[in-house]
Amino acid sequence: MAHRWTNTLTYADVTPRAAFLNRRQVMAGLAGSGLAAMAGRAQAEAAVEPNSWEEITSYNNYYEFGTRKDDPAKYAHTLKTEPWSVTIDGLVDRPGEYDFQDILSEMTIEERIYRFRCVEAWSMVVPWNGFELADLLNMAGVQEGAKYVAFETALRPDEMPGVAYPVLDWPYREGLRLDEALHPLTIMATGIYGRPIPNQNGAPLRLVVPWKYGFKSIKSIVRITLTEDEPPTSWNMANPREYGFYSNVNPSVDHPRWSQASERMIGGGLFAKRQPTLMFNGYESDVASLYDGMDLSEYF
Amino acid sequence: MDKLNQILRRIPVWAVYVLGLLPAPWLFYLGLTGGLGIEPIEALEHEYGELALKLLILGLAVSPLRRLAGLNLMKFRRAIGVLTVCYAGLHLLVWLVLDVQAPAQIWADILKRPYITIGMAAFVLLLPLGLTSNNASVRRLGAAWRRLHRLVYPAAVLAGLHYVIVAKGFQFEPLLYLLAICILLLSRLPVPRHPFARRSSDST
Repeated sequence: MAHRWTNTLTYADVTPRAAFLNRRQVMAGLAGSGLAAMAGRAQAEAAVEPNSWEEITSYNNYYEFGTRKDDPAKYAHTLKTEPWSVTIDGLVDRPGEYDFQDILSEMTIEERIYRFRCVEAWSMVVPWNGFELADLLNMAGVQEGAKYVAFETALRPDEMPGVAYPVLDWPYREGLRLDEALHPLTIMATGIYGRPIPNQNGAPLRLVVPWKYGFKSIKSIVRITLTEDEPPTSWNMANPREYGFYSNVNPSVDHPRWSQASERMIGGGLFAKRQPTLMFNGYESDVASLYDGMDLSEYF
Repeated sequence: MDKLNQILRRIPVWAVYVLGLLPAPWLFYLGLTGGLGIEPIEALEHEYGELALKLLILGLAVSPLRRLAGLNLMKFRRAIGVLTVCYAGLHLLVWLVLDVQAPAQIWADILKRPYITIGMAAFVLLLPLGLTSNNASVRRLGAAWRRLHRLVYPAAVLAGLHYVIVAKGFQFEPLLYLLAICILLLSRLPVPRHPFARRSSDST
């Protein structure tokens, strides 16, 4: 099931850093002139160029380690990721505790360069390494009747200073509809830039759903449960008016407190220009059909 | 405390202005050179905003500190107030120019988003206080000046609320700021029939 989706831009296309920077400006210029309105795969992919390792690993939201962007990079080193196991249960043929190394030995790791759009209206491009979630779910055997997938982050008060505060109802929980979970774009990431994923980015394995706001891409997963009903999810529990279950990137549905029409690409410095946000974060042609007939302002 | 007050008396007010204004260019320089982290726009916006809130709280603390602890900072209160308005203005400027960027978006945001409406309201209340913080205005306005400067109370509550509402999830720090503001405002209420209570109605 691996390799069901390929980047149109790969490292073979990678040009020197200086040329990258120029291209970023060109793309920003195009966006401003309205040419970006020609949405679609080719255009979205052309703008994809990864952020630096430094940017990706030092600007994080991982509230279990504190609410400031630099807290995770400062404090996440205390999280013990070896050994690690993931409980897969609910409506599966082979429920149980799966050792992380055993999972890895069964999976095909590939690189996926994805845009990453935070609900806070900033974005990055991350070269993830990982495997398709569909492969992991097939390993456990999804049963007839399963309609949703629920995920849970580790909750370790001794290793996570942030969980001493009731910022959210811990443990962090997320969920997907089964067809979203099985989509070829949906991956479990285990690395960035070919290196093991750092703790602050969700080691040892995390979900990445590139067409949804970043908080859907739950980190440091210890439990995956196949369910019949829509599972409760952390931000939706905290504020259902602001964070829907779907949380697809959508420039025309604003967050109640800010516009989602544009975003700031991390790495542009103090005078970075905002860029228009793309429908489904630029993956519209891949995923729009999942939501045929749904009112996306109601199911936000 | 008398000794501390004596030392404070010797500090010239201009030194407070100079020291108080220094973080403004320094933080901007840090933002330009990577010292504020990967995302300097948000960081600079927050730094200026937090400084404005801290100065606002310090300004509100001046009269209770004198009344309850005997610490006399009255001489510096105007400087603290003017600095508060400066940092609130810089916070607003970063939001307008570097963050939102689109002028059409700005009005929409002010009208549509409660935390921005509240923040703007706080600034609108503080601005005339900054503009009338000079001897000529005090003379010209007379008793009206005192009444005008009571606007700092609603402005402080709005500024504290602005920070609480902007936080994602349940966070302590903004609540601590709001709590400090509330305590400082409550300390101004007259306490009737308390043997040690002094007349608090004449403090501002």
